[in-house]
Amino acid sequence: MSALLERDPRRLFAAVLSLLEAKGMLSEADLAERIALTDAATPGQGARMVARAWVDPTYRALMLADGTRAAEALGIPMRGAPPLGVLENRPGLHHLVVCTLCSCYPRAVLGYPPFWFKSAAYRARAVRDPRGLIAEWGTVLPAGTEIVVVDSTADYRWMVLPLRPAGSEGLDEAALTALVREGDMIGVTVPAFGR
Amino acid sequence: MTPLAPGARVRVRDDWPETRGPAHIRTPHYVRGREGVVVRHLGDFPNPEDLAFAREAAILPLYHVRFAPRHIWPSGVSADGLLVELFGPWLEAQR
Repeated sequence: MSALLERDPRRLFAAVLSLLEAKGMLSEADLAERIALTDAATPGQGARMVARAWVDPTYRALMLADGTRAAEALGIPMRGAPPLGVLENRPGLHHLVVCTLCSCYPRAVLGYPPFWFKSAAYRARAVRDPRGLIAEWGTVLPAGTEIVVVDSTADYRWMVLPLRPAGSEGLDEAALTALVREGDMIGVTVPAFGR
Repeated sequence: MTPLAPGARVRVRDDWPETRGPAHIRTPHYVRGREGVVVRHLGDFPNPEDLAFAREAAILPLYHVRFAPRHIWPSGVSADGLLVELFGPWLEAQR
């Protein structure tokens, strides 16, 4: 293993790729498709789901029941992705997502995790003191709000459906989509109008 | 194994397979030996403890289990609830 890891990574990649092609397990087209899917997976996809849920109660119900189907309903490719679960924030209830064991993250709808999501400090602090942790993002929840931390330990991937912010009543779906940030769907921040 | 219903009280096995040899475990240290409540059955998935070693993997029920963080850590706790995905064989039903 260690000898393999010491090889020039470009040569190693080329060798593995040519073997996979020779064995008919992977083609250039498969690779190009996977790269395109990875590039298309950004927090903007999750934001589209959140905004749709804010304006469409039927979609909201679908999203809470089956996140994967809700993503697919907006054309987000979920093939090969782990099942997506959606955590509904309500007045008095807030969710925070962490993966204490590694860095499980709903990449299909949020893209690559931010660097801090993988840090030992975030993972250790999130489960024990989420209120103190999110205060460092400037997030202060209304008094009496319960915080439920969701440790993503196995086959599901989790995203938060945040509360629609006050003042956003007149906005259309596209403007609402632009309000939603990556952190809002992890639970370290909450969407704000005029942020 | 009888499926666990929502609301069932469970205790996570106080077991440390990693002390006995190579292991890949998706049950965090902090819940082992702790009591929680089943929220729902999430589905059935191949056992990651076998998948990690390319062994034939049994399909196991996966549950969302809720714990009270204030019963896990003695101080410095501001979480009100903790939801963890746990596989059936790690859970013992409590009366």
